[in-house]
Amino acid sequence: MGGPPYAGGVPDVPALSLRGLWRRFGQKIAVAGVDLDVPAGSFYGLVGPNGAGKTTTLLMSTGLLRPDAGLVQVHGVDVWADPLRAKSILGVLPDGVRLFDRLTGAQLITYSALLHGIDRETAAARTKDLLQAVDLVADADTLVIDYSAGMAKKVALACAMVHAPRLLVLDEPFEAVDPISAANIRDILTVYVAGGGTVIISSHVMDLVQRMCDHVAVLGSGRILAAGTLEEVRAGQSLEDRFVELVGGRRGGEGLAWLHSSSG
Amino acid sequence: MVALLVRLKLRLLVNGLKRSPWVAIGFAVGALYGTGVLLGVLATLGYVSTQLFELREMVAVFAGTGLVLAWWVVPLVAFGLDATIDPARFATFPIPRGRLLVGLAVAGLIGIPGLLTVVGAFGSTILWRDDPRAVAAGLVGAALAVVTCVIGSRALTAALAPLVVRRNVREVGVALALVPLVVIAPVMARLVPAGFDLREAELGPAVRAVGWSPLGAAWALPADVAMERWGQAGGRLAVALATIVALALWWRRGLGRVLVEPVRETTKKRDRGLGLFGRLPATPLGAVVARCLTYWARDPRYAMAVVLVPVVPVVFALVDPGGSLVLLAAPLAGFLMGWGISADVAYDGTAFWMHVTSPLRGSADRWGRAIAAGALGTVVVVVLSVASALVAHRPEAIPALVGCSLGALGTSLGVASVVSALVVYPVRQPGDSPFSLRQGATMPAFLTQIGGWALVGSLMSPTIVLAALALAGGRDWAGWAAFAAGPVLGAGVLATGARLGGRLLERTQPELLRRLLAMT
Repeated sequence: MGGPPYAGGVPDVPALSLRGLWRRFGQKIAVAGVDLDVPAGSFYGLVGPNGAGKTTTLLMSTGLLRPDAGLVQVHGVDVWADPLRAKSILGVLPDGVRLFDRLTGAQLITYSALLHGIDRETAAARTKDLLQAVDLVADADTLVIDYSAGMAKKVALACAMVHAPRLLVLDEPFEAVDPISAANIRDILTVYVAGGGTVIISSHVMDLVQRMCDHVAVLGSGRILAAGTLEEVRAGQSLEDRFVELVGGRRGGEGLAWLHSSSG
Repeated sequence: MVALLVRLKLRLLVNGLKRSPWVAIGFAVGALYGTGVLLGVLATLGYVSTQLFELREMVAVFAGTGLVLAWWVVPLVAFGLDATIDPARFATFPIPRGRLLVGLAVAGLIGIPGLLTVVGAFGSTILWRDDPRAVAAGLVGAALAVVTCVIGSRALTAALAPLVVRRNVREVGVALALVPLVVIAPVMARLVPAGFDLREAELGPAVRAVGWSPLGAAWALPADVAMERWGQAGGRLAVALATIVALALWWRRGLGRVLVEPVRETTKKRDRGLGLFGRLPATPLGAVVARCLTYWARDPRYAMAVVLVPVVPVVFALVDPGGSLVLLAAPLAGFLMGWGISADVAYDGTAFWMHVTSPLRGSADRWGRAIAAGALGTVVVVVLSVASALVAHRPEAIPALVGCSLGALGTSLGVASVVSALVVYPVRQPGDSPFSLRQGATMPAFLTQIGGWALVGSLMSPTIVLAALALAGGRDWAGWAAFAAGPVLGAGVLATGARLGGRLLERTQPELLRRLLAMT
């Protein structure tokens, strides 16, 4: 990548600010009034059980899904009122979507760069850097449709970063990614944050969030259950224990006695 | 196992109906239509049953064979494999293959086509109503034929699945499979001589041959019994049973392969460098054009549209040799290629998110898609206009044809640019079998298509009138007027459509994406 994406002083405006975010699908309320401030320059983890509304919240924060109510601001720019300006400072990795998979990896990253109005030379240089950073140089000329799930994740991540956004929103960025690539991506993100950028990731791997993030928010049933610095949210426990305490729903190991092979 | 799979199929059917009222309406329309066809067929058979024995035998054998053939071939090319119960989904369950086979076969009959086939097949015994023994034989034959229908269609799909999933085989295969289907009707129309009379035609040998084939043997059974040709009846029964056994074994083998080696699409296609992305202007608009053109070449769903373009004039020329029908090919191709982009966003599927998250102007999205399709379309319609005019020995029609075709292209591109910013409907996803059709809310899609076509037609009416005047006879001025009016009006509609569509798209793209997400 060409230098730190966002150098200089960090203004007081949060990188992402959500106010009263609501969204329902039919009968089900997916997100029920989320307020959240993600400070600029933070590495923010969004955790929650399956179906807690993480993906819906992130989709609405990035202009991909219109909220029923609420305000989303990226560095003070209203995503839903001024989408073009907001989107040029926003990098997104959605989960569970396709890519333009008849393009090669290099073409896909270039496409993303050109869509963001980056000139040819810069696009070419950044594509090369990014392919190297996510270990896809050898597969740069392979069609994305032939990529494995992890490779597709990595090329999508490269697409999200090619225009040097000020805020990166990554939904489950490490799913299906091998440990070495995951470590490399972690390094890239850490350097990016050190350079003044802001990262939000969603995950349900507590251990990963605890190691990477300096801030964390716990989402349950469409509401924020706790949010703040990692230390504040953890309150002295491990993140996993605290998470279980907040969300609830743990069962003991009893039941399923028939599952023991000896009983069959 | 049989009861379980039948219940599963019914449950899937009911849940599908519950998901959207449009699906239910579509189902009701299909059921009504099917019932109508069935009643018509039964009434015809009732009438035929009063006719000569030879005619009854011929109708039973030919119609029955056609039914079996339809079951075998149509799912492969037209309506898509019924993947509601995909054998591969049972790969992880320890089900004996034989029982799975029977269960899948019976479940395959659940649904409108299966029900209609069963009723129709057993109803066809009305042909032999004056001879109880023949009716009994007819019932046996009908049962055998229904089994042949289902097992044959399953065996074919299972056997072809691994072939079909390899993309390069598939692209060629689809085109090759479609061409004869499109061409067969006009060829038949040519082959059957004018003034064809059933009574004089010597169809005996054909009836006999088809009656001995695996497709027709079961249907020929009652006629043999009625005539007390016992030896022949035994032979045909043997052929019918052997067909079923052979198909079942073939299917069993195919099923075994599907269960053990789930087919997965693979290509080892590579593309050095950036391709068109390195050659077209490095702007958002240039990037969209490059992406779309790459897809026209590489995505079979687009490539098929291009492959089919030359087929249309060939069909027209065959239907009306030496006549003027072929002149319609170029305007039609222009319209079809332009209208093709009405499905563009749907074809993107959820990959469309990349456009939504980038600060891409709606108009750049619209223009990019239109320019890519328009560039290809312009080449196609100009070549087709000149070629079809020469084939029809009407070189004076070239200006009118070029004008009208370019007008059709531009107008349909413009209207489609607006339509595809408003509506997305389920289409095949990239990587799906080309033989599958997504079921879903087809009614709104249908209505939008009709509305869009009507709009294209009315916007094009001045050009159409001028071109018609020129083609009707010797009015050169009208031809040149169409030559000028077509492109100008087309360009005007395209510019308006791209602007309006772009502005709409900036508002609607999150909703489009949400609907695309809901479809996957």
